[in-house]
Amino acid sequence: MTPAIEVSGLIKRFGRTTALDGLNLNVAAGEVHGFLGPNGAGKSTTIRTLLGLLRPDGGTARLLGGDPWRDAATLHRRLAYVPGDVTLWPGLTGGEVIDLLARLRGGIDPKRRADLLERFDLDPRKKARTYSKGNRQKVALIAALASVVELLILDEPTSGLDPLMEEVFRDCIAEERRNGRTVLLSSHILSEVEVLCDRVSIIRNGTTVETGTLESLRHLTRTAITAVVHQPPALDGLAGIHDLVIDGDRVTAQVDNAALGQMMSALSAAGIRALQSQPPTLEELFLRHYA
Amino acid sequence: MNGTLALLRLALRLDRVRLPIWLAALTLCAAGSASSFASAYPTAADRAGLLSAANANPTFAALYGHAHSADIGALTAWRLTTFYGVIAGLMTVFLVIRHTRTDEEAGRLEMLRATVVGRHAALAAALLEALIANTALAVLVGLTMPAPHPGGLALGAAFAGTGLTAGAVAALAAQLTESPRTATGIAGAYLGAAYGTRAVADAAGIDWLRWVSPIGWAQQVRPYAGDRWWILALFAALVAVLAAATWALAARRDVGAGLLAARPGRAEGRLTGPFALAWRLQRGTLIAWLIGFATAGLGIGVAASSVADFVDGPDSTAGQLVARLGGTGGLVDAYLATSLSLCAMVAGLYTVTAVLRLRGEETALHAEPVLATGVTRRAWMAAHLAIAFAGTAALLLVLGAGAGLAHGGLPRVLAATAALIPAAWVVGGIAAALFGLLPRAATAASAAVGAFLLIAFLGPILKAPGWVQDLSPYTHTPHLPGPAPAGGLVTPLTWLTVTAAALTTAGLIGFRRRDIG
Repeated sequence: MTPAIEVSGLIKRFGRTTALDGLNLNVAAGEVHGFLGPNGAGKSTTIRTLLGLLRPDGGTARLLGGDPWRDAATLHRRLAYVPGDVTLWPGLTGGEVIDLLARLRGGIDPKRRADLLERFDLDPRKKARTYSKGNRQKVALIAALASVVELLILDEPTSGLDPLMEEVFRDCIAEERRNGRTVLLSSHILSEVEVLCDRVSIIRNGTTVETGTLESLRHLTRTAITAVVHQPPALDGLAGIHDLVIDGDRVTAQVDNAALGQMMSALSAAGIRALQSQPPTLEELFLRHYA
Repeated sequence: MNGTLALLRLALRLDRVRLPIWLAALTLCAAGSASSFASAYPTAADRAGLLSAANANPTFAALYGHAHSADIGALTAWRLTTFYGVIAGLMTVFLVIRHTRTDEEAGRLEMLRATVVGRHAALAAALLEALIANTALAVLVGLTMPAPHPGGLALGAAFAGTGLTAGAVAALAAQLTESPRTATGIAGAYLGAAYGTRAVADAAGIDWLRWVSPIGWAQQVRPYAGDRWWILALFAALVAVLAAATWALAARRDVGAGLLAARPGRAEGRLTGPFALAWRLQRGTLIAWLIGFATAGLGIGVAASSVADFVDGPDSTAGQLVARLGGTGGLVDAYLATSLSLCAMVAGLYTVTAVLRLRGEETALHAEPVLATGVTRRAWMAAHLAIAFAGTAALLLVLGAGAGLAHGGLPRVLAATAALIPAAWVVGGIAAALFGLLPRAATAASAAVGAFLLIAFLGPILKAPGWVQDLSPYTHTPHLPGPAPAGGLVTPLTWLTVTAAALTTAGLIGFRRRDIG
């Protein structure tokens, strides 16, 4: 099967600034692919180049087997896009925008539309002028999810959604995966990508720094443990424990998920008085791995 | 009122480039006109001749009103006042809407109002900035016009009075509707009505009607010919009444809402393609312009019927002029041709606005989701262009129909306005080419409209060089109704159409090759 997205060595400059500097991205058909990077890394520029809105200065990009610049409109019939910054026509209602965008793509599934309106709890009769940021986001999401297309390109789609709606969004993406649709999900939130994606690509300053399955990137998803114990724990020689610091009764370490069990037994043997664990933020990852 | 000064500083800072450009352009253009009058009409006899010819010509009366003295300052005032009444008005309307309803729709005002800023602060800051801008205009014009300076200051103050009044109308309109576009439209309609009312009053010699229009008041200030300062009190009173009404309305509504309440709309959309979307976005503006042009056409037609009476007096200069123009029929035709051609230049403003909606959609990030669907760039751009060009043609035909119905000779008048369509299309072509090739400079297309208006208003009387006048597409349009020009009609109209098509094509090609955003 043709890969959904094949980008290699992509370069895009705006005047003197280089936004993309030899970026690579490969998304297989049928996978949910996470596209991670801090703000300003070039995620939106990559997506806008893939949509033929920007003209690349170098490298190659293939989208659904076609040339994103030359075949833009033909390819766009097969995909739906949710921009990172959703602005709607203030005088049109949410329902009108959903139907318009879906129709311009080629078609809408009316049952899915009604179902999504209910699940996202959106009133389609209100003018876009009166929608909050989260509601504008919902309009764009429903328009994309209800479209009859094979590829979804979502640029930070959960920004502005409340936790309840994020949950609905996650369910929807899980359904999309079961239905065999390809999803490119850009985000700067690692945990969101962890839950949803089969594979991820991480970019920074316009270049790809890491790509692979979540399993192969497991080293990126260590848990930070801070514990206060009664006596020094016996941690010597345990695999999967990094950056271990024992300072009196205080223990801090980065632990691979596979080694969490061993770590916990060692800590409880030492008598835990306080325990804190947290997943690493993307910013920490970048500081640790790519600074 | 808390925070008004801080918001005023913010507004002045945001306008630090735009406002000086407006003021410099208006001042230089006024000073330039005065010095050109001095060199084109060097002797007192020249100017006396111009004065009597001008006051005998109904076309001039409709466009500029009457001149009150053969002084250079008074002649400049005569030539500029009606035009500047509209332009200073537009400057102030844009300024006020920008800092009130536009900020409110964008949600910026909400952010500001959550700080220590009073309910009326934004409104007060916008009106104060309008006052500062217009006072600066008055002083700058006063200092750069020829001596004696009281006359110059009176002229500047007359401009400022019309500008500030339009700004107050805009502030009121900004309370009524949620959309900045509609608010600007309401204020623009006021300016059109103010100009049109005095045009009918001057052309038909209806004295009381002059006093209905604030632009008529500006004419009655009579700078360099009596300097009737007391008329400025009329402006002050009207602005005070409008501001008080605005104040009261602003206190009764929520942030973001208008007084004309928004109704819930459709849950299902019927828009099927790029053209349907463009039409939905542009139809309101076009309908408002069509109403305006139909009204203008009727007004021009009504005034045309009284032009013949206008020269029936014993004034010998008038008689000579009529003879030179080919009798009363020729005089009416000349009046119609000039008035309709002026309207065609204003129609160019519609064309530019409609074409530049493309740029507005692009910078508001509305283009991106549409172009990420199966819509090609060409189809998206062509949809807006079709509305702009067809809308322009419709405006001029409606104008011709109005004038023809009111005056008679409908086919002749319709043919005359139809012949104006290609020139307005060239203006649209300029906007399309800029949008496709130099998107960041696209708004310069509105400056082209202003330049063509200036060339028409001032070029011939100031004896500007031929090549300058040739820059305007309207210079190449046959002067109709009336006898056909020596070179025939087909050649100039074909060339104008070809130019418009070439510019538009360049824009379409450029847009297909460039980045969006």
